[in-house]
Order: sequence, then structure tokens, then C-alpha cells
Amino acid sequence: MTRISVRVDGVDYTDEVEPRTLLVHYLREQLGKTGTVVGCDTSNCGACTVHLDGRSVKSCNVLAVQADGHEVTTIEGLATGGELHPVPQAFHECHALQCGYCTPGMIMQAVDVLRENPDPSEEEIRLGLEGNLCRCTGYHNIVRAVRQAAGAREGAQA
Amino acid sequence: MSALSERPANPVVGETVPHESAALHVTGRALYTDDLVARTRDLLHGYPVQAPHAHARVTRLDTAPALAVPGVVRVLTAEDVPGVNDAGIKHDEPLFPSEVMYFGHAVCWVLGETLEAARLGALAVEVDYEPLPSVVTVREAIEAGSFQGAQPTMERGDVEAGLARAEHVFSGEFEFAGQEHFYLETHASIAQVDENGQVFVQSSTQHPTETQDIVAHVLGLHAHEVTVQCLRMGGGFGGKEMQPHGYAAVAALGATLTGRPVRVRLNRTQDITMTGKRHGFHATWRVGFDAEGRLQALDATLTSDGGWSLDLSEPVLARALCHIDNAYWIPDVRVNGRISKTNKTSQTAFRGFGGPQGMLVLEDILGRCAPLLGIDPADLRRRNFYTEGQATPYGQPVRHPDRAVAAWDQVVQTGDVDSRRREIAAFNAAHQHTKRALAITPVKFGISFNLTAFNQAGALVHVYKDGSVLINHGGTEMGQGLHTKMLQVAATTLGVPLHFVRLAPTRTDKVPNTSATAASSGADLNGGAVKNACEQIRERLAQVAGGRLGVPPADVRFEGGRVRGLAHDTDEIRWADLVTQAYFQRVQLWAAGFYRTEGLHWDSTVFRGEPFKYFAYGVAAAEVEVDGFTGAYRTRRVDIVHDVGDSLSPLVDLGQIEGGFVQGAGWLTLEDLRWDESDRPTRGRLATQAASTYKLPSFSEMPEEFNVALLEKAHEEGAVYGSKAVGEPPLMLAFSVREALRQAAAAFGPPGTSVDLASPATPEAVFWAVEQARARAAEHGHVAEGFPGMVPPQPNGDVPRYHPRSERPPAEQHALSAEV
Repeated sequence: MTRISVRVDGVDYTDEVEPRTLLVHYLREQLGKTGTVVGCDTSNCGACTVHLDGRSVKSCNVLAVQADGHEVTTIEGLATGGELHPVPQAFHECHALQCGYCTPGMIMQAVDVLRENPDPSEEEIRLGLEGNLCRCTGYHNIVRAVRQAAGAREGAQA
Repeated sequence: MSALSERPANPVVGETVPHESAALHVTGRALYTDDLVARTRDLLHGYPVQAPHAHARVTRLDTAPALAVPGVVRVLTAEDVPGVNDAGIKHDEPLFPSEVMYFGHAVCWVLGETLEAARLGALAVEVDYEPLPSVVTVREAIEAGSFQGAQPTMERGDVEAGLARAEHVFSGEFEFAGQEHFYLETHASIAQVDENGQVFVQSSTQHPTETQDIVAHVLGLHAHEVTVQCLRMGGGFGGKEMQPHGYAAVAALGATLTGRPVRVRLNRTQDITMTGKRHGFHATWRVGFDAEGRLQALDATLTSDGGWSLDLSEPVLARALCHIDNAYWIPDVRVNGRISKTNKTSQTAFRGFGGPQGMLVLEDILGRCAPLLGIDPADLRRRNFYTEGQATPYGQPVRHPDRAVAAWDQVVQTGDVDSRRREIAAFNAAHQHTKRALAITPVKFGISFNLTAFNQAGALVHVYKDGSVLINHGGTEMGQGLHTKMLQVAATTLGVPLHFVRLAPTRTDKVPNTSATAASSGADLNGGAVKNACEQIRERLAQVAGGRLGVPPADVRFEGGRVRGLAHDTDEIRWADLVTQAYFQRVQLWAAGFYRTEGLHWDSTVFRGEPFKYFAYGVAAAEVEVDGFTGAYRTRRVDIVHDVGDSLSPLVDLGQIEGGFVQGAGWLTLEDLRWDESDRPTRGRLATQAASTYKLPSFSEMPEEFNVALLEKAHEEGAVYGSKAVGEPPLMLAFSVREALRQAAAAFGPPGTSVDLASPATPEAVFWAVEQARARAAEHGHVAEGFPGMVPPQPNGDVPRYHPRSERPPAEQHALSAEV
């Protein structure tokens, strides 16, 4: 067992984990952060995407010990002060989800895409989300949602 | 307009509303079955011991070494089963088998304090196998005569006479692959035993009632001793209609034996190697056209790849036969169906349920024959459409065939099809190594379960004293938006704002004896039941309101949370006040609703009847560009017009159309199931067992331009509030992509080239089609010309023609706990 200290969604945790424990399992099983889900086990689908120090990672592809001393944000930590973040808001409004299983990971990736490029083209959105799979929507509304969120952010900044 | 389909003024149905769980999904608060693990104390984890043979006898099973592994609590084997050792309804799916029937078949399950302990325990179980000869491919099965179930024939007219009078007769063969569901949430069940032995199973299941039935028969219990709940699913697509039962039963068995909650959640490798998929099919066919290209006769034998057990293969095959005509009139028809028995996963329901496979056979025939007839494929399709007064080969009159025409015309017009086809011709003339094509294909899909008895549903609606409403119905939510629609139906019928109504998760102790949420029928059936329950309550409230307003109850109107008389100058009562008043007058404020689809009949022994309430129509036009060096392609543009009746929820319906189309395009162009067909020890192993090797549609395969519209003036009077089912039909719109790829590949050859195109039409398959076009090899692919042609194999009479168990009355099906 290894002791790790991680800040997750704004709360500090110190826990004993097995060195082989994946970050996603630590989040789900030890912290009860079930908003982050496991889809494919092979880092193809991106359903488990979270932020590590503000950058998106697939948490099935990161060991919990690698998060030691770092900050993790999950979908559950995205909302601040009871207000929906613009990206989840846009996913909600644009029907950019059906079964919802890919949604947390898709949103976390979209937030990172917009952080790097606040006004992406449709092509850039597709490229930026390429590592996340959705089996229900056909992606069309997800792209729409990210464009809308980009517009909302721009509007808010203006 | 019927009472069922008529909408009141300002209905909530038809409004554009977000998914009812959207707020939970976008914040990560929505719960799936496996999320309950963190909330369940003392839970044990189940892990399977999977056999490394396609076919083998288990000669020794020693669980003692597993019990020596720290943390292992118990190993579940056949000896532990108090009831029936079977995971299905046909007694051909032993839950703990003594004969391994496919590579990866679970022979026993280990329960551990942790998943890791269970995994190590499973590795420690010692199993000896005696390998047996295996049948892996459908062709091997045909050669070996390895079939299961009944072999139906759908026949109309005289197919020989039809072919004899045809100007052109062609014959050929076609084999196409199945499809993995790849719902993002794998199978999961958590079982626990409540007080007094009541078994409670939370399961990711499309068919809670059948999960309940199977758990009960495995445990030797009655149905009332088992409750199944499904919170929601992370995708189902048919893959959770029949397949969850065994896993739920393993969890329930473990829970009853240990007294502790048991979780069975398949990891992705287990899910993809253990659970059934869409059936691949093999087809041999002959077809006749008159001089104008009108279909005269179709003679075909379809053989589905059923895998190791019957599962839902019989009804899937029935639907394939019932959809081979797609939208086209064919006077003389003979189609035989058979189900091969192979050493593979038990192939099962998948969005379309055989319909896509049947239709693909004919669309492939039209795509291959059009150049041989010298007719443009779009013209060939269009001139063979059904017209009013014609009937399907199984005798159902085709109602509203004009809707296929309307959708076609709208796609041609809004998709600017004619001018784009000229542009494509110019592009192709100017480009030697890149070719484009545009194909347009129709869909006609029958709505209802083929088996009439399944077309019933129940609902339970509570109105509380404060006016708030809680609804429950028999359908499950897998993302399709059923719950959203049911909330809208309830709000419409009661005349209250949407936020007055909440929905509770699907449970077998709330609404019993439900049908699977399948066959696209969820909203039709459960919507009818919710509406019925709400109407009972509304009528009782109308009595109360009528007395207070001084108007006849029939003249009371409920709208927007206000209740008033028919005349606009009458007083109004607030909904909540009326409800409170009704409570004090001792009026029953809840109701159980029921619905059954009227006017259906089906005789599977002769393959005739009117099994469908109506048909859903759609048309898609797809344009692709193919690279002649590699076969790589991209979808440049897709235009769809689809018939959902009067939409209950336009945002939800558009989402279903888009998602269905993309999933269909995945099946036909990307998703490539490869099984080890060699004679190596890994024979029968699924080689593509992860998203790394099984290519799913992703952002990069999206059509560059994607326009989806709902068909207007599409009221359906046979369904709730004039709507139509939407779950499955759009999947088949993806035929347009496949046919566009065929036409683009053919454009590399001289005009009039017919090419074969493998399915899935991966870039590699397209490359070979391009090569075929360039070489004009084998005289127009592999289509033979002339009468009598290659006659499809006919049934030899020693198998039941039809009447499968799955289509017998439920009493016969579930005779297991008959002593209740």
C-alpha cells in the first residue's frame, strides 16, 4: 500500500492505495465519485475522462499514485456555486446526450478543448473530442453543444 | 383522428424538452446499476471462469484451489442451483454448463470480498476439458447441417412462374457480418436478499419482467418473491433484452447462498466475449425484373448465424423475413429462413431485430442489379415502391405508402440531389483516382412485436394530495428518451405543466408482467398505458370540478395546471386545489393504466397476418468520396427525412434518428467482428474484443454535413397522441451510405459496372470493390444472369416449419413455476 494525498473536486484526501490502483477505481471505489464511469477498459472511449491539474486525462490510464500531490477535477467538481458550468449547460440544452454514460467524460474533454481553444471550428471540435466515444447520439448534438458553450463563454467575456 | 391519437389544446407532447435526466447526466449525478456498489455494504464481487475452447466437454471441475485464495468466499457451480439451471426461456442455455459451447463460455463463478480476490480465485479454479469439433462460421454450419429452431417459409404467389415471366433473372449469394452492441455501460447486476427472503435485483436490463422470471426459475422461487429494478441503462440497443438474465441470476444465487449483496458486473472483455450480438446472415437469392425494371419475383433462403443457443433468433428471423420487401412491391415471393447453430456467443436482439438484415439482402440485390439492368439505382428503387392497395408478402396491407414517396421527394428537393448528381458526374469525369457517388434509399419498418401477446403494457400513476404527480410504467430507459416522453404524455393527459410530474424507476413490483422495452414499441405501449391511467384520474377529477364549476363533467377542461369549463368565461380552479378537494371528497387519486394494441393478428405457422400496427417510413441520401489508391472514404453529406408521426418530443426523436443512422453506418461500414476461424487452439475466439480493434463510429466518421428533418403531416391515428415509434427504423437509413460506396467504387470502372461490396464496407472492402470495378472481374461481380439461375436451398421437410416456442402463449413458455 502507498499513501497518497490528492485534492479532488476541491477537497483534500489522504488515502492508502495499492500501487496498481487506477485513478478511476480510486475515484469511484474509495471516494464514491461515481459520476466518473468506466466504459471500455482500454482507454479508447474516454468515458472516464477527468482533469489532472486542469488537463484532461483518461483516468483508466492513470495510476492513483500518479495523482499524488496533484489536483483532480471530476464532473462532480465542475459546478461552482450552484451554477451549471457553460459546457454542461449546453449539453443539457442541445440534447447532446441520450443514455448519458459518455456525458461526464465528453464534457470534461470539451472543457479542456475550449481551454486550449476558446473559439474552435466544427472541425477542431471533432478533432479535440476524437478520443471520446458515444454510442447513442451520432455526435451531431455534441458538436453543437460545444459550439454553443464556446459562444456562451465568449458572450460572457465580452 | 382517434381518441388515442387526438391531442388536446396546448399539449405538452410535441414540445421540445430536454431529456428528463439531462440535469443529472451533465453533473455526474445520474446513477447506473454499478454506481450502487459504493452505496452497498458488505458486497461480494462475482467473476467468471471462462473456457478457452469453442466446444468442449467439462470433464473435471475442482473449485477447492479457488477457496484457498484469500478473500474468496464461495464458488458457484451447477450443484448450487436450487431451481432450473438455465439462463433463458427455451431451456437451451445452461447457466452453469457441463458442455462448453463457445470460446469464453463461463463454466462457474467465483465470489470474492474484492473483485481482485474473485479474479484470482477464478484463475485458481481447475477445469479439465475434452475438446470437441466446433462449427464457427455460418458456411460451416450450412455445410454441416447445423441448425436450430424452426425453419419458416414466407410465400406469396408462384415464385417459379414469376421468375419465368420476368424479362431479367439474376441470382447470387451474399454474406454479411453481425454487430457488437458496445453499449458503453457493460452488463451489471446487484442482488440482495431483503427480509423474509425477498430477492431484490438491480439490473441493467431492458426486460425486468423476464429477468425476474429467470431469477425466479433459477432460484426455484415464484415471481412474487423476486423484485427487479432498473434505474437506467448506459445504452441497451437490444443487447440487454435477453442477455442480462443469466448475470442477474448468478448475482441472485450468490446473494441467497451467502446472505450478502452480490455484484456481477462484466468488464469489457467479458462483456464482448460472453454476450450475444447482432446476427450475421448468409443469403442465396434469385430475383426477376420485367423490362422496365419492376420486381416480379424474389426467391431467397436466409440463414442467420444464431450462435450457440436459440435466444431470440426465431423472432429475429421472423422479422428479417417480414422486412425483406423493405418498401418495394414484389408480386411473387418465396423466402425461407433457417438459424444456424454455431460455437459463438448467442446472437440476439439488436436495434432492428432482423429487420435490417432482411432489408439489406434486397437493397444489396438492387444495388448489384441496377447496373445490369441499365437503370440508375435511385430510379430502380423509386419505381418499385409500394402503392396504395398493395400488401406485403405476409398479407398486411401497406398503409400510407405515399409517405415513403413524400419523404423521398423532400430529400431529393431539400438535399438538392439532382444538381449534386450533375456535380458528382463532373467531378468523377475530372478525377481519375477519386470518385464520388450519391445514393438514396428508403426505409419501411413495421411497428409492434411480431408476437401479438407482447403488445400490452401497464402504468401506475399517483396524484398526491398536494397535486404533485408520480408516474411509473413498464418501460425501461436506456437513453432513448422514453421516460421524457412518458412525462410529457402524463402532463398532457392531466393538463398540468411538465414539472408537476415525476417518474420513478422501473420496477417489477410497481408494474408487473411487462414486455421488453424493445421493438421500438416503448412509447406506443407504455404511452397508451400512462394515458389510460391519467384519463381515469382526470375523469374522476372532472366530476369534482364539474360540481364546483356548475358544468357537466364532460365539459371540464384541464390545461396548464388550471381547470375550467368549456366556455372561456367560467371560473378556474387551480389543479392543486381541485386535487385537495377531491381528496376530502374521498375520490381515488391514483390509477393503474393498461394498454393493448388493437387490430393485430399473426399466424407464424403460415407466416401470414397483420402483425404491425403501422409502418414507419424514412428516406436518406448519402454522398461519399472514395480514394482509389486505398479504398479510404469519407461521407460528405447526408440528408434524411424521417416519419415519426406527430412527434411526442422532437428533440428526442431527432436524436434517435441521428444516433440510429450513425449506428447503422457503423454496422455497415466500420464495425468488423472477427472470429478465429483457424484450426489453432484459439479457434472460435473473438479476435476483436475491445474498442482498440473493434472500430466504432467516432467523431472522425461523422458526415461532414448532416441534415435531418421530420416528415410533416404525418399523424398516426393508431398510436398515442398521433406519434410513431422511432427507436429502430432510422438505423436502416444507413443503407444509403453503403450503396453510395458501391456506386463510387463502380465509378472506377466503365459505365454499367456492377460490383460486390462486402459488409461491413471497410476501407479494405471498398478497395477490393474498386479493384473489381477496374478489372471488371468475373463478369459483373458474382451475379449470375438467366433463368432458372442458382436455386436457393429449400427446406427438406424434416424440421418444424414454424411455431417456435418464443411465439407460443406465455403459459406454455413459462410453465416453470406453474404451481403458484
